[in-house]
Amino acid sequence: MEIQANEILSIIGPANSGKTSFLRTLNRLNELQTNVTMEGTVELDNQDIQKIDIELLRKRVGMVFALPTPLPLSILENVTYGVKMHGINNKKRLRDIAERALQQGYLWDEVKDRLHESAFKLSGGQQQRLCIARTLAVEPEVILFDEPCSGLDPISTAKVEEAILELKKNYTIVLVTNNVKQAARVGDRTAFFLNGDLIEIDKTDKIFTAPRDQRTDDYIRGKFG
Amino acid sequence: MKRTYLSQKIAFSFLFLATLLVVIPVGLIVVIIVEKGIPAITWQFLTDIPRQGMRAGGIFPAIVGTVYLVVGAIIFALPIGLLAAVYLSEYARDNLLSRMIRLAIVNLAGVPSVVYGLFGLALFVIYFRLGTSILSGSLTLGIMILPIIITTSREALESVPYSFREVSRSLGASKWQTIRHIVLPNALPGILTGTILGLGRAAGETAPILFTVAAFYLPQLPKSLFDQAMALPYHLYVISTQVPNVDEKIRYGTALVLLTLVLCMNLLAIIIRYRFRKKKSW
Amino acid sequence: MRKFKEFIIEKLILLCGLTSILFVALIFVFLLKEGLAVFKAVTSVGFLFGKSWYPISEPPQLGILPLILGSLLVTLGATVISVPIGAACAIYIAEIAPLKTKEILKAGIELLAAIPSVVLGFIGMVTLVPWVKTIFAIPTGLTALSGSIILAFMAMPTIVSIAEDALYSVPKSYKEGALALGATHWQSIYRVILPAASSGILAAVMLGIGRVIGETMAVMMITGNAAVIPQSFLQPVRTLTATIAAEMGEAVVGSEHYFALFAIGIVLFVLSFIINVTADLFLHKRNVQ
Repeated sequence: MEIQANEILSIIGPANSGKTSFLRTLNRLNELQTNVTMEGTVELDNQDIQKIDIELLRKRVGMVFALPTPLPLSILENVTYGVKMHGINNKKRLRDIAERALQQGYLWDEVKDRLHESAFKLSGGQQQRLCIARTLAVEPEVILFDEPCSGLDPISTAKVEEAILELKKNYTIVLVTNNVKQAARVGDRTAFFLNGDLIEIDKTDKIFTAPRDQRTDDYIRGKFG
Repeated sequence: MKRTYLSQKIAFSFLFLATLLVVIPVGLIVVIIVEKGIPAITWQFLTDIPRQGMRAGGIFPAIVGTVYLVVGAIIFALPIGLLAAVYLSEYARDNLLSRMIRLAIVNLAGVPSVVYGLFGLALFVIYFRLGTSILSGSLTLGIMILPIIITTSREALESVPYSFREVSRSLGASKWQTIRHIVLPNALPGILTGTILGLGRAAGETAPILFTVAAFYLPQLPKSLFDQAMALPYHLYVISTQVPNVDEKIRYGTALVLLTLVLCMNLLAIIIRYRFRKKKSW
Repeated sequence: MRKFKEFIIEKLILLCGLTSILFVALIFVFLLKEGLAVFKAVTSVGFLFGKSWYPISEPPQLGILPLILGSLLVTLGATVISVPIGAACAIYIAEIAPLKTKEILKAGIELLAAIPSVVLGFIGMVTLVPWVKTIFAIPTGLTALSGSIILAFMAMPTIVSIAEDALYSVPKSYKEGALALGATHWQSIYRVILPAASSGILAAVMLGIGRVIGETMAVMMITGNAAVIPQSFLQPVRTLTATIAAEMGEAVVGSEHYFALFAIGIVLFVLSFIINVTADLFLHKRNVQ
């Protein structure tokens, strides 16, 4: 399976179909669990990711989780956390990186006057955009989104989708989503997973109008899921 | 129907009575010691050395000795115990080794205090030739409170939500960076609580210091780690059982100082634990 | 460079994790080192079951049966007092006490647990012992009974807090099911919750017993220190722990007396090992269910 540069790939499928597990192999986050086995290879720009330094890999391949997970730090510290861990400590530089990232996450205007407040004071939608900014701050090449809007209201969801569409210009995006319509709105291509297998992957409008596999069609129409 | 509610009332009354039986004596003990010990508490009592074969004067050397011992114990137990807790919480997998470690900790926690005294005697005083000294006593007490530090620190570390670690790692931080910047700082209140509880325990123990450091009567303060020292718990024991005709008020006064020291530390630990539980934003 | 530093730190962490095993092993080894030597002077049967403990006579008589019985008697008495009261208190705190009272009670129990044993021994000496002497009209109040009562107070916090944890961790659905079927609160407690928490409560009792057997200072000050086989609760007795504490000061290093005291240490260590491991097994079994 191939993921193309600067595309948004949506991954859809019923619960437990392996979408999240698949996503987590892309940044080797599944290796945090101890009872995991893997077969096959994943390559980033033709380089086996098992051979890349794991911390560098996770810098290049960022992730935004389903529920907003701000760290127990201020807004500014949240955004610059990853950057600091990679060795940048200059206060001015951190501030600039944070501003850029927050702007890319469509959050800057709402928080620019309260960067030192606790991140927990933000609303759910704002926290999720903070998590996006936090991931953007380390300047990844790929961003993995794991059902990022599942805990959000429709307005926040729209804002996040808007951000994702904008981000496509500079990043490659893989979006796992439970919401079939979101996949149709946002994705350039869509992949359908079922019971741990990749059933079909193709351009989004083709998947949604004339899928090759019957199961894909059934899922999209809501016959199961 | 009425009979079952009657039996419930009777049962609950008994349970309440039993609770009173546990709690009231505590209050009584504290009250008695305070009442009879307060008359002895003067500035002189706290800062003077014992005189007239400990029948008069003060308990200053014992207070100082206890402080040295307790500080020594924590200097030994905290780093080792904290890192051991980090191992158990962050690195250990569910295998034979970690079960053995857990078992060892349960055991260390249950070893009788006088057996620690024997161990301290055999290992530090005799084998390592440290003699009866503050060093021997502190090391012995340190091993004794190690399980407390490990257990409370581990609980504190484990209570930090897993999602924080996951986020940190996904941004490219290493395991140790995550521990150092996220896990440890957020576990600090719990670790502090455990440390204070360990200090309180070390301050009150007599048996481990009987053969490793305790001096019956030492009018001058210890000058080095290799000196013997007096200590509050041992001093209380001595003036209650070995020295006749000690003024009752001195005995109660010593008990009061020791009790106050230990209870204040425990109270502090409880308060810290309570306040941080309320403050936790997650 | 950072990677190297982290490697060292992580090795250090592993080392510290292993220290607990190291220390248990060290304690056992050193106890054995000094204690096994006693079996040159007496057989193990003679040691464990010998009825006379006169270590400074010539030749020394090193039978610890009176001491074992002393410990046993005092422990038995303490258990009989502390288990029902402690369990009842745990039930009250876990099930019946209103929230604010619960917090205060738990803090109170924690403070009771923190009282140093020498302080409890002191209080026992000046209040309980004369009282026992008067009430029972016996020559001295330094008896096994006095020891049992004070030790019961030392065991109770352990029993109460662990039993309370056990009761608290019974799934709410058990209780709700019983109540939905029409049981009273009390019936739900003794028919459903208590049985469900039984292994945890058993563990609590065992740990309480373990605490009592290991107690030194309080018994030394209250039980009278007569190393003879006890005939009743109203007599002075001597426990294993008090023997070590009282006599080690006089024992010459390297003498049979010295070795014998270490041998007693071995007995205590093994006893506490068995009790703690078993209790932990019960607690772990409960957690798994």
